[in-house]
Amino acid sequence: MKPFADLLERLIYTQGRNAKILLLADYFAHRPDPERGFALAAIAGKLDFPGAKPAVLRGLAEARSDPELFVMSYDYVGDLAETIALIWPRAQVLAPPELPEVVAVLRGVPKGEIPGIIAGWLDASDVSTRIALIKLMTGGLRVGASLRLAKLALAERFGVEVGAIEEVWHGLEPPYGPLFDWLEGRASRPEPGRKPVFRPPMLAHPIEDADRASLDWGAYRAEWKWDGIRVQLVATPAGKRLYSRGADDISAAFPEILAATDFHAVLDGELLVIRDGVVAPFADLQQRLNRKSVAAKLRADYPVAVRLYDILFDGPEDLRALPFDARRARLEDWFARVRPARMDLSPQIAFAGEAELMALRAGARDSGIEGLMLKRGDSPYLAGRPKGPWWKWKRDPLSLDCVLMYAQRGHGKRSSFYSDYTFGVWTEEGTLVPIGKAYSGYTDAELLVLDRWIRAHTVATYGPVREVEQKIVFEVGFDSAQRSSRHKSGIALRFPRILRLRPDKPAAEADTLATAVRLVGETAEKQR
Amino acid sequence: MTPHPETWLQPRPEGLYCIPGDFFIDPVRAVERAVITHGHSDHARPGHAHVLASAETLAIMRARMGDDRAGATQQAAAIGEVLRIGEVGVKLVPAGHVLGSCQVVMEYRGSRAVVSGDYKRRADPTCAPFVPVICDVFVTEATFGLPVFRHPETSKEISKLLHSKEIFPDRPHLVGCYGLGKCQRLIALLREAGYGAPIYLHGALVKLCELYEALGVRLGDLQPATMADKDALTGAIVLAPPSAVADRWARRLDDPVVAFASGWMRVRQRAKASGVELPLIISDHADWDELLATVEDVQAPEIWVTHGAESALIRQLGLMGRRGRALSLIGYDDEEES
Repeated sequence: MKPFADLLERLIYTQGRNAKILLLADYFAHRPDPERGFALAAIAGKLDFPGAKPAVLRGLAEARSDPELFVMSYDYVGDLAETIALIWPRAQVLAPPELPEVVAVLRGVPKGEIPGIIAGWLDASDVSTRIALIKLMTGGLRVGASLRLAKLALAERFGVEVGAIEEVWHGLEPPYGPLFDWLEGRASRPEPGRKPVFRPPMLAHPIEDADRASLDWGAYRAEWKWDGIRVQLVATPAGKRLYSRGADDISAAFPEILAATDFHAVLDGELLVIRDGVVAPFADLQQRLNRKSVAAKLRADYPVAVRLYDILFDGPEDLRALPFDARRARLEDWFARVRPARMDLSPQIAFAGEAELMALRAGARDSGIEGLMLKRGDSPYLAGRPKGPWWKWKRDPLSLDCVLMYAQRGHGKRSSFYSDYTFGVWTEEGTLVPIGKAYSGYTDAELLVLDRWIRAHTVATYGPVREVEQKIVFEVGFDSAQRSSRHKSGIALRFPRILRLRPDKPAAEADTLATAVRLVGETAEKQR
Repeated sequence: MTPHPETWLQPRPEGLYCIPGDFFIDPVRAVERAVITHGHSDHARPGHAHVLASAETLAIMRARMGDDRAGATQQAAAIGEVLRIGEVGVKLVPAGHVLGSCQVVMEYRGSRAVVSGDYKRRADPTCAPFVPVICDVFVTEATFGLPVFRHPETSKEISKLLHSKEIFPDRPHLVGCYGLGKCQRLIALLREAGYGAPIYLHGALVKLCELYEALGVRLGDLQPATMADKDALTGAIVLAPPSAVADRWARRLDDPVVAFASGWMRVRQRAKASGVELPLIISDHADWDELLATVEDVQAPEIWVTHGAESALIRQLGLMGRRGRALSLIGYDDEEES
């Protein structure tokens, strides 16, 4: 466990991407199987230990200190694993367990015995090993090393294309013995065969003004960028699955889509709530997300469908090397032939040039539309986010000047800083009503200034939340505003983020609720 | 009957005030009579009419604020010598925080209170170790008054720095540290660990290092980093105040390993957020275990907490059967935290 803990500790303090890749590559090259495979699984978030949940660990730590002291410490540190690791009494003898032992024991022993075993491990470990153990057990390493980075490290160290790893990744299971056998030349690549595995999706870059200036508009096709969640529908003779863009299997939450999947193909599309052909706001789709099962009423109230963008496989035939135009033709043929229920085609938008598209984009305030997609007609379906073949061109955000009302400490990278901000606008009566929360959009330097200001200008505290003087004005950007009965203000903002601080603006001159309501009006009008 | 210290030692806006002696301890604004525990700027402020402190603290105050602002009249108290101020017996004993740092021991009609100032319990080659004094009321700091703060062994942290120098022999190691105390302690610890090469200093650190030398603390070969050419700094240890590390000043260094020596480095995300690649958990303040051990050592039934994470410490004192009281003194931001 110690080498893995050392890796995590070095990763967290290493700034550069290349330096992180080097650390990971060095680890994978030198550690034995199955340890390195489990380490890879931990980075991938593929290890789940039902008996070792955060509440169990927290209970153990509280029992060794004091519940009140634990709360105060957690509030300060902001990271549960680190709080537990730091508050745990000093080890008398250092004898930490090995990573494969930890995995085997947590998977093998009855749930009731797990807390005692974990306590024994923590007793025998130093602080950094304790943090690694707890992070491993509770998921989410938060060391700034993504699975992608780990794959790049493997590709670099073992001299293969990272795409070759991505292609077969989703058919593999921890501790990835066949993967390392292939990488080290002892076996051929472990192919997924007919398994219904997720295929690495193709993603788009946001288009900047400079990109637009040099774009060969005639080579691109335009589509709406629908505001749902990107999905991949995979159906083979061996099974069918609905995957999110991040490769999570979300089949169970959308049984009606799976029921409609009576064909063999791999399709790329957007999952949306659609009523009478009209795309509902994202908030409606949210009602259906993150569920393990779904009741009939919810299915009826929030009917979902997949709007198709692309076809990757038609039966066993891999279409990804074909140009986009050819794939589109295949998709249209396939759709006309199969006529699947709960699916439609994302229409292509005819346009003569940039000016026309810009006008279309500016007019698109429909809540179901996030902006435009531009796809080169001759581009194959490439894994990852290659720059050039696909662009996303989001519509300009709406914005409001809001006043900071409450602040809360962040987690992970921002733990111990007040980084989560609730902001509000003025009502007719001259009081502030909260309309949203943002966690991003400020610089690190601004965060430090805000953190200090918040500590010095707190007027009340509610547990971890600080109410602050009504002085700081943010310009808050968001993609759309919707009516919401769940919010006190009656409004929900989509994708709120801080565009900038407005130190020039007195709080009294921030926007009013009436202005915010007008923005909802704009959204709704376009929808009709 | 002996008077409870509550009746003769009171928190006031200026700081802690001893009524029968008519003096303040570490007042945050200019007063007639001040007793100063140590030279950090939040404890030693300019402009008092009469200042009583250790000879080293007075020398540090003069070096930092100039002769004229370090107190109109300055009285150096010998360590352990009992002075009568009004009706109070006053004695300074070492606090182990920085050179010259002292606790203030006060006796009034048979009742004894000790004000710790800032202190630590582990060894420091640059200053005298903390001496516990049994008392009725112990007034403590609580900078690291949370059970998550347990500083590791200092020698391990110094090894970490030297080990990093082995891994990256060509990269200068830029160590952010506070100018009074931490800087000199780091140098002395490196010397203890056998590191004899020149250590390079940012200009703002030079004067206090010279003063430490003059007061008898050996620091070895120190060179100004400001004048040194880039080649000399290849693979060298360079010390600079925290503000200079993030500043243009540091750009003269070629791909430095940025280290920082502070007790706050214990919390990973906090260390990371400050852009540190090599956090060194070295503190001049008592950690949680040292705070609790000190409370036991001084045997005081009542503990007053001046500044820091007082609510956690007071909670713990309750669990230990002691009475804890938050003085909530304002103005002790602690040089380390800013």
